[in-house]
Amino acid sequence: MGHTMAEKILAKASGKKQLSPGDLVNARIDMALGNDITAPVAIQEFNKIGVDTVFDRERIALIPDHFTPNKDIQTAQQVKIMREFARHFNIEHYYEVGRMGIEHALLPELGLVLPGEVVIGADSHTCTYGALGAFATGVGSTDLAAVMATGELWFKVPPTIRIVFEGVKRPEVTGKDLILYTIGQLGVDGARYCALEFTGPVIRRLDMDGRFTIANMAIEAGGKVGLIAPDQVTLEYLQGRSKRPFTPVESDEDAPVQQEYRWDVSTLEPQVAAPFSPANVKPVSQLAGTPIDQVVIGSCTNGRIEDLRQAAALLQGKRVHPRVRLIVIPATQAIYLQAMREGLLEIFVEAQAAVSTPTCGPCLGGHMGILAEGEVSLATTNRNFVGRMGHPKSSVYLSSPAVAAASAVAGVIVHPGEVGEVK
Amino acid sequence: MSTIRGKVWTFGDDIDTDAIIPARYLTTTDMAELAAHLMEDADPSFPQKVSPGDLIVAGKNFGCGSSREHAPLALKGAGISCVIAESFARIFYRNAINIGLPILESAEAAAALQEGEVVEIDLQKGVIQDSSGRRYTAVPFPPFMQEIIARGGLINYVREKVKQGE
Ligand code: SF4
Repeated sequence: MGHTMAEKILAKASGKKQLSPGDLVNARIDMALGNDITAPVAIQEFNKIGVDTVFDRERIALIPDHFTPNKDIQTAQQVKIMREFARHFNIEHYYEVGRMGIEHALLPELGLVLPGEVVIGADSHTCTYGALGAFATGVGSTDLAAVMATGELWFKVPPTIRIVFEGVKRPEVTGKDLILYTIGQLGVDGARYCALEFTGPVIRRLDMDGRFTIANMAIEAGGKVGLIAPDQVTLEYLQGRSKRPFTPVESDEDAPVQQEYRWDVSTLEPQVAAPFSPANVKPVSQLAGTPIDQVVIGSCTNGRIEDLRQAAALLQGKRVHPRVRLIVIPATQAIYLQAMREGLLEIFVEAQAAVSTPTCGPCLGGHMGILAEGEVSLATTNRNFVGRMGHPKSSVYLSSPAVAAASAVAGVIVHPGEVGEVK
Repeated sequence: MSTIRGKVWTFGDDIDTDAIIPARYLTTTDMAELAAHLMEDADPSFPQKVSPGDLIVAGKNFGCGSSREHAPLALKGAGISCVIAESFARIFYRNAINIGLPILESAEAAAALQEGEVVEIDLQKGVIQDSSGRRYTAVPFPPFMQEIIARGGLINYVREKVKQGE
């Protein structure tokens, strides 16, 4: 009987011949990540362990991205703790303002997370790297501390839920719509403790940016990882980026899975998650006409170049609705530069959008676009819990960049087709 | 001390980490400061109402959302002696074990326990007894996790492992 990707990757990393769901293993970690919220706690815990060196200074990434450029004294202090730790242990992958990006966009861009690897991050959206076929999962700060000291961490081998997207999707349907639809079907705990594996012809034809968006939100269904088997698209993306040799892993055809869903998405519409749950998902037509105060295009879910291209295509030659504030946040410096070279930033500014330096910013209600009482935002981010983007009585709808850009022009939630053509 | 006695506060399903401690307070790692805002978006008066030793009883998927360890830290800072839930989100579960915040998974207890009642818990055995004397048994932890719990969390566990390795 065959094995799933999740089982195979964990088996290799823990020196086991084969594993089954439920087995507890100690796995070697290929890359460990912390950010300006989680790393300070991890550093505090690391210091209690009593080691005088980190397990590998090239396999730790510390990325200040949540409250940076620092919004106040407290957040500046937090980043200072990281910076000093990074300098002290000569951590290779510490990226300062001006060189940084949102962690889950930055690490793949730099070739620091690779197929077949085990990656942990003290951030729940670490599952993003599953798009490259890495067993990548979010943990807490204490876990990160243990890994920084020992290079190992315990895992329970998860059962796999396989999602097969069939048919040919419409051009205005993106990776975001596929994952929102999935979360709507599974619910916020439908994949709790499970590995999600996405496959089928629609995935095979999807570009890397769309795949990152899908894997990114596996956690919103409770998933431990969101895996996509590496293929030609993956290998092309890694060309010239990968910092280490790697071995792609895929599931055996006959690997037993806990559950399989097959969805023909040929007639699927763009999807929107309404407040206050990422599983409260409806086709955009059902929410059309909902007034909005702010639109945010960015985050580790949808701040990549393809996202910005889709948004710019709809905003070109148009103006953001006078009642709406549009904030565009390229996820990394490289994406920012690329968007500048392609003229996308000019389109945004001419449309009267604010373009920000890379940061998590409003995604978690940190800074750069906080909502007041009663305000409504449409965002390409990943969570719309109560108070997520500001006041406890504000609300957030989640969508693709295409829906977000079109709605910014219309002033209400609309199908992107109402504003322009999506290619 | 493995016996806990405390008053119950009840919450529903899918209590996310933004509800436990909103991101706007993640600019500190101080447990007491975090505790001052515990659950405030779900119930603004909660930080004032809760007393050390109290318990939280919730539905399914408690602690879903972000990986912030500030969530179990805020609970610990407020003196919450145990969280009982029908189920826990994965990262929250890890974090609670790692920092030594007692948690118990029991669908029966989560459904039956009422706000305000005083319950008694034998942590070692995972047995919860309500005010009328009814008993509920929580899902046992795997032996490996029991070892982490017994040593007071992951850091102590790793520290000892590192020492042995020397
Ligand atoms: S962009 Fe949002 S979800 Fe992504 S890492 Fe930053 S705060 Fe978290």
